Amino acid sequence: MGKDYAVIVVGGGHAGCEAALAAARLGCKTLMITMNLDTIAQLSCNPAIGGPAAKSHLVREIDALGGEMGKVIDQTYLNIRMLNLSRGPAVHALRAQADKVKYRAVMTMTLESQPNLTVRQGMVSKLLYEDGAICGVQLNTGTKITGETVVLATGTFLRGVVVIGDVRYPGGRQGEPSADDLSQSLVDAGLRLARFQTATPPRVHADSVDYGKLTCQPGSKKPLRFSFDTPLVVREQIPCWYTRTTPDTIRVIQKNIELSPIQSGTVQGKGPRYCPSIDRKVMRFPDKVDHQIFLEPEGEYTKELYCLGLTTSMPEHIQAKILQTIPGLENAQIMRSGYAVEYDYILPDQTYPTLESKVIKGLFTAGQINGTSGYEEAAAQGLIAGINAAHKVLGRPPLILSRSQAYIGVLIDDLVTKGTDEPYRMMTSRAEYRLILRQDNADLRLRELGYKIGLIDEQRYQKLKAKRAAIQNTLKWLRETPVSPTKEVRDYLIQLGSGDLKKAVTLHEILQRPELKFGDLEFFAPLPELDPEVIEQVEIECKFKGYIERQLKQIEEFNKMEDISIPDDIDYFQIKGLRSEAKERLTAIRPTSVGQAARISGVSPADINVLLVILKGENHVSA
Amino acid sequence: MFSDTIAAISTALGEAGIGIIRISGNEAINIADQVFRGKGKKQLTELPGFTVRYGKIVDSEGTTIDEALALVMRAPNSYTGEDVVEFQCHGGVVVMQKILDLLLSLGARLAEPGEFTKRAFLNGRMDLSQAEAVIDIIRSKTDRSLGVAVQQLEGSLSRRIQSLREKLYDLIVQVEVAIDFPEDDIPEIGLETMKTVLLDVLAEITKLIETADNGKVLREGIKTVITGKPNVGKSSLLNRLLDENRALVTDIPGTTRDIIEEVLNINGIPLRLIDTAGIRDSEDRVEQLGVQRALELVDEADLILHVLDISRELESEDIQLLTKLKERKRILIINKVDLPRQWDSRSYLLSSGYIDEQVPVVEISLTEDKLDPLLDCIVGLIMGGLVQIERENAIITRSRHKHALAEAKQDLEQALETLDQGLPIDLISIGLNGALEHLGEITGETVRENIIERIFAQFCIGK
Ligand SMILES: Cc1cc2nc3c(=O)[nH]c(=O)nc-3n(C[C@H](O)[C@H](O)[C@H](O)COP(=O)(O)OP(=O)(O)OC[C@H]3O[C@@H](n4cnc5c(N)ncnc54)[C@H](O)[C@@H]3O)c2cc1C
Ligand SMILES: Nc1nc2c(ncn2[C@@H]2O[C@H](COP(=O)(O)OP(=O)(O)O)[C@@H](O)[C@H]2O)c(=O)[nH]1
Repeated sequence: MGKDYAVIVVGGGHAGCEAALAAARLGCKTLMITMNLDTIAQLSCNPAIGGPAAKSHLVREIDALGGEMGKVIDQTYLNIRMLNLSRGPAVHALRAQADKVKYRAVMTMTLESQPNLTVRQGMVSKLLYEDGAICGVQLNTGTKITGETVVLATGTFLRGVVVIGDVRYPGGRQGEPSADDLSQSLVDAGLRLARFQTATPPRVHADSVDYGKLTCQPGSKKPLRFSFDTPLVVREQIPCWYTRTTPDTIRVIQKNIELSPIQSGTVQGKGPRYCPSIDRKVMRFPDKVDHQIFLEPEGEYTKELYCLGLTTSMPEHIQAKILQTIPGLENAQIMRSGYAVEYDYILPDQTYPTLESKVIKGLFTAGQINGTSGYEEAAAQGLIAGINAAHKVLGRPPLILSRSQAYIGVLIDDLVTKGTDEPYRMMTSRAEYRLILRQDNADLRLRELGYKIGLIDEQRYQKLKAKRAAIQNTLKWLRETPVSPTKEVRDYLIQLGSGDLKKAVTLHEILQRPELKFGDLEFFAPLPELDPEVIEQVEIECKFKGYIERQLKQIEEFNKMEDISIPDDIDYFQIKGLRSEAKERLTAIRPTSVGQAARISGVSPADINVLLVILKGENHVSA
Repeated sequence: MFSDTIAAISTALGEAGIGIIRISGNEAINIADQVFRGKGKKQLTELPGFTVRYGKIVDSEGTTIDEALALVMRAPNSYTGEDVVEFQCHGGVVVMQKILDLLLSLGARLAEPGEFTKRAFLNGRMDLSQAEAVIDIIRSKTDRSLGVAVQQLEGSLSRRIQSLREKLYDLIVQVEVAIDFPEDDIPEIGLETMKTVLLDVLAEITKLIETADNGKVLREGIKTVITGKPNVGKSSLLNRLLDENRALVTDIPGTTRDIIEEVLNINGIPLRLIDTAGIRDSEDRVEQLGVQRALELVDEADLILHVLDISRELESEDIQLLTKLKERKRILIINKVDLPRQWDSRSYLLSSGYIDEQVPVVEISLTEDKLDPLLDCIVGLIMGGLVQIERENAIITRSRHKHALAEAKQDLEQALETLDQGLPIDLISIGLNGALEHLGEITGETVRENIIERIFAQFCIGK
């Protein structure tokens, strides 16, 4: 029986956009249905993409696999900077200020131009089932649309409630309705939901700000880009500004703390600790008075300035009072108030690492609905959910990225294996192999995979191969080019502020000296003409060789357990020798590999040994 | 499927005092060969499977540690299905320990509990019908050793490691917060400060490793505590045991001044003898501290030697102790039998319910009699019972601890080198995290989630 669509994506947020594009590009007839076509790819909170804590890594990984986020931000940023330059290559972080209007427009245009993809406005109120599997969605208008798979990417909208002060009203974001019926439909299907909350700061009018009292933060003068396909150019940029709170700010907040919804209990649900509201910061760290406040432009065609650092859902008149205490913002005119939103999410232990639901076959979920927070986290899941929904339809094996392969792998594994008790955000310290999961090598790590999946075209793949070859050849050349400790060489090294040279070495060893750059080797031999990104890889590979090799070795060990898969039909309660807690946890999580099983809390090393023996006994493991 | 090579003491002290150390894996024969000097011309690596060689085990300097038989088995014809070497030696526990340490330093990994059996099974050396038995073995060994490992941590060692971990946590949290929240204005940790802390932790770990080698802190042996109220003859017992059986002659003050620890060797069995200040109720606060510690020691002890004085009526202090120690593995020593008896020893204790038939009672005069009956009693108890199992675990635990300390040390040295080279903090963090994880293996804690918790608890971050 033919369905209307192979893949139906519900929601046009960052998760939904990636999911829809991936599915359509893999050749599936795809529908993206979202409540409002004018708010596709809305940057609901901070108008910025990327940044530290592995957010820029996620964008790069999405791009390497053939996703869209990096390309769109490259076309629409207001300014861009590389952070963390002094702290090591693995934690360099690219952050771009987005023009939220253009970002929406470019993404919308990309979707609407995509073959195989239908974009349509509508509110989904119900999921449709057939024999325990999903078979489509029903709109609030009664229209039924059938599909072989459905990707839910409804963000903060499920039974969303907007909170400002003591006012609560239904809404998925301020100014947009909540999706209440859909939540009920999920509960009816047997899914367990819980509540989270998140909040956003006020936006003020750019002309009401006294720039004389602010510090300017310009963009980078170096060419920077997220996508490996964007040409490296420097664009004209619009700066950000910053200021600080004062003791008066703290006093105003403390005096009115009873009116803070987190204090009064008007807002429930757990909020993200890494995005604390200013009221929460004052409550927790009362001694700190000078919190940084960044003022970020929201676009070329709007005067709105985003007040980063002032997240709050206190009553509107208090928000105004708070602003008055901050240098530069004394007369700031609020265009939109800060607010909190409370919403349902699906407890992620009900989801496979493929992002398919364990409860409803053919239903995939991505983004905030899975308990995460952040555009990049959402987009990353959207991409994986879109690929896996398409793969299911096409009868291809699912894509699961490993923790040793990508931050996306860490993100999804954390979610489905450990769950989360606050909106989950990526952080580099969540990854075991940070030095390998760099943002500069995301293409080397993942593009070939993207090519095999079919989201990276031949030309881009050839480009990757050429880059890889150039890196290898250059490293080889470095290892094979000798340097003798002649007087000239020694003088040169000393003049560069590097140490003396006592014996003959190779260029590779010279470059390993932390203070030397590839360009400094010009003195020893004519350097090959190389792309700056190739040089970057060569320098990293050479300088951090020992560290990288060590992590690669650890990964090899790690992968042994990851590579032993567990059949889905295994009955843990039949296994003698597992403790009952382990039986319950394993049955609940249904890990796909022994490695994943070992990460479940409540499963001990002894349980894993028992499991190994059983799997071997059932011939699922080859010796 | 397994590429690494594992080693373990598989029988600590079997019949006729022979112990077996087993090595299994790709590198087993190579590693064994580096410590074994055989009588024949051939290296172990040249021997075919199922060959036995007699020879010596030597350390890296060529000093002989023990004489041993080496049994070489080649894959797949061995218990585990991998290359296997078994050393049979007879130098006692301390020597076995040294050999194991040597093997670990050459690249073998200490086997997990039940790992030989697991490998045997996974490599197809056992048939399916044995799966259940295998599970039982693995299950019981793993559970027991995991419990015991942490439980056997000495109070003082555990405290020291905890405090080292705290220092490392502090560094790591500061590094991580700088890395993941560079835009939050948090003062960056100074490299000098970091270096000072690193050197400090490194020195402490080095000390711990050395003491492990000298058998001072992580010393193997059965923890034995002498208890009894003042004047019953505890010191006399200690002195006589030491005079006649002292092994490594060291006088190591414990963490408090009034606790003395000594190592004895009784027929090849090491006893760690702890002399407490006397367990009794005390008004004196300073003294109470000692008593508190003494009671703690009693709790940690594998074996208790409880001394009673037959020449004086039992007092409430004696009775309290008898009651407190009721469930413990102990020997009652009824001292001063050369003097007139004030109470009818064993039958009195039995009829009053302070002891049951199982509890050994030795009557002795510490000023006049030979110690032999007491020593026999101790040896019998250990050879016969529960104490032996715990001793084996203690040995394994000790190896694990030492190995983990050595790995932590290596990681910290690397971190220090990285720092000195002026490399970025992310690279320094690799060594820091490694060290933290290795120390965690000793105390049984995992790391990662904790760091994130700590970041949020300590810093005002996020926007
Ligand atoms: C007030 C607020 C504060 C935030 N604060 C932070 C923060 O501090 N830090 C941070 O990292 N992130 C924050 N975010 C979160 C960030 O916006 C999201 O993580 C990200 O946008 C999630 O992407 P998504 O694709 O999952 O969902 P969204 O971007 O929310 O998109 C959901 C889409 O689904 C559509 N939709 C929903 N229900 C239906 C339905 N039934 N039928 C059809 N379409 C539907 C909606 O119209 C929307 O287009 C905040 C968001 C809000 C609203
Ligand atoms: N007659 C006799 N005296 C003993 C015996 N054992 C110990 N003593 C004496 O009892 C006193 C207390 O002994 P000590 O070992 O110091 O007891 P502690 O306080 O328990 O350490 C000393 O004067 C010893 O000489 C024994 O078997 N017979």
